[in-house]
Amino acid sequence: MNALKKFLGVIWMIAGPLAMAFLIVQAIQKVGLTHTEIERTNTILQWAIILFIFFPISIGLVIFGFYAVKGEYDQLPESSEEV
Amino acid sequence: MSETLPKNNIFKVIGASSLGTLIEWYDFYIFGSLAVIIGHQLFPEDAGASALINTLAIFAAGFIVRPFGALVFGRLGDLIGRKYTFLLTLVLMGGSTFLIGLIPSYKSIGYAAPILVLILRLIQGLALGGEYGGAATYVAEHAPKNRRGFFTSWIQTTATLGLFLSLGVIVITKNILGAETFGDWGWRIPFLLSIVLVVVSIYIRMKMHESPMFSKLKAEGNISKNPLKESFNNKGNFKMVLLALFGATMGQGVIWYTGQFYAQSFLENTCKLDFNDSRYILLWGIAFATPFFVIFGAWSDKVGRKWIMLTGMLLGIIFYRPIYQMFLDDTDFTKIEKADILSSSPITKSVLIEGTQDSLKTVTTKVLLKNGASFNIVQADTISITKGPLPVKEIMRDKVLPTPVFWKFVGLIFFQILLVTMVYGPIAAFLVELFPTKIRYTSMSLPYHIGNGVFGGLVPFIATLIASFAGATPLSGLWYPIGIATLSLIIGTVYLSNKRDENIND
Repeated sequence: MNALKKFLGVIWMIAGPLAMAFLIVQAIQKVGLTHTEIERTNTILQWAIILFIFFPISIGLVIFGFYAVKGEYDQLPESSEEV
Repeated sequence: MSETLPKNNIFKVIGASSLGTLIEWYDFYIFGSLAVIIGHQLFPEDAGASALINTLAIFAAGFIVRPFGALVFGRLGDLIGRKYTFLLTLVLMGGSTFLIGLIPSYKSIGYAAPILVLILRLIQGLALGGEYGGAATYVAEHAPKNRRGFFTSWIQTTATLGLFLSLGVIVITKNILGAETFGDWGWRIPFLLSIVLVVVSIYIRMKMHESPMFSKLKAEGNISKNPLKESFNNKGNFKMVLLALFGATMGQGVIWYTGQFYAQSFLENTCKLDFNDSRYILLWGIAFATPFFVIFGAWSDKVGRKWIMLTGMLLGIIFYRPIYQMFLDDTDFTKIEKADILSSSPITKSVLIEGTQDSLKTVTTKVLLKNGASFNIVQADTISITKGPLPVKEIMRDKVLPTPVFWKFVGLIFFQILLVTMVYGPIAAFLVELFPTKIRYTSMSLPYHIGNGVFGGLVPFIATLIASFAGATPLSGLWYPIGIATLSLIIGTVYLSNKRDENIND
């Protein structure tokens, strides 16, 4: 199980920046369509909110992956004293 | 814990904590329950679909700031105590809700209207961010160690009961005033009513005592000097904050908000169900499912928290698309035969469009079916002097379901809220046991509010946005909660432990 935790840690470290890149590409595509195909829905403000919120969370996912790779989650604390 | 209260006292603690939390949820949710009407009030009449999406964005803004409220009030709670902190949050929440009820419409003050509502919504979000962690911590710190899940689950019911109360007040107000008056000014009443509820709750909470564990820490001089620093500069704490977020609260948040909010938004805006019908369905679903918060909370004391929560996520991932497909299929009245129609009566209205010489002719045809269902077909025909006749828009709306389908929908909503009770019932006990007393308020509040406020609170907004993409289907929006729940399920399965930390008195 610990090997799996570490392996998945690498996946989370990659997934964070990938998710952000995906969102940025989506934002550019969808905002570009605003005036031609869609009725004032995919605006810059709406996508800016999404990017602003998910950017720090994707960094958190990278840090989580980093801790997993370092083995920080191999043995979880069983009492608060061990935290 | 050694200072466990007698049973009647713990129920007093739960009652006082829960009532305030319930009122805060009520305040928070009336905005979401009235999104369509508020959208018409806050934005220009020609805003179309963007009025709803922008209103959902303002609704979501309240969720987004919840983690900051958790940090600010969590810090206060760890510094000055649980009792006074959540008295303050209650006042801020009630005051903001009351003021939203007084905001003039777009017609009166233009874009100042949505901006003012946004500011008040942000204050609501901050207050709620500070409230929940305090209430859950307060109850858990009073509860016996082997029944922490059971006792904190009562706090968990308040979120759903707050929604129940908000829907109930809205439906009753609308039925008393009539649809037109309610849409005009009656929607303000549920907001204004909040001030009465808050005064009652403040009175009750003033009589509460400080948490025994916090009082002990204070007496011993062990209060954290900087809980924020201790929570997030200490790697041991920070890694548990991240684990709680990605392995539990993130998935729990999307399951919760899909079952309780996106479901209602989907029934009303996508399926075009009647205003009252969509709310009655949710009210019944909530009424049947709410006891399961306590059942799953108590069960988690025996079998652990992890697998109950993760099973709730798994069932959501599997069943969301089939459930919402059933919603669509059963509200599709386009294929009805003429023989099924009992009566059909058109009413024509023509009005001049303000500021132009154009006129708008609407023909509303009320159709009654033999199986008890009904709906309106609205044809809007703009007659423009300059552009000539514009394409006729026709929509089918205000659908009232036949009785068997109504109860089938209640069953489908019940099932979704049952999943909510699985993920949400045990989570307060799970979070309390993850962090030590002196930084508990701060540490547990942050992952809870990012998971629920950000990931969960954005479900209606993001799912509606995804469904508006070119080429999207009405079910496309579900990929957001399904994707997030899947990620959380994998992380929770691999990284979380099912063991309970019995000693939280540290």
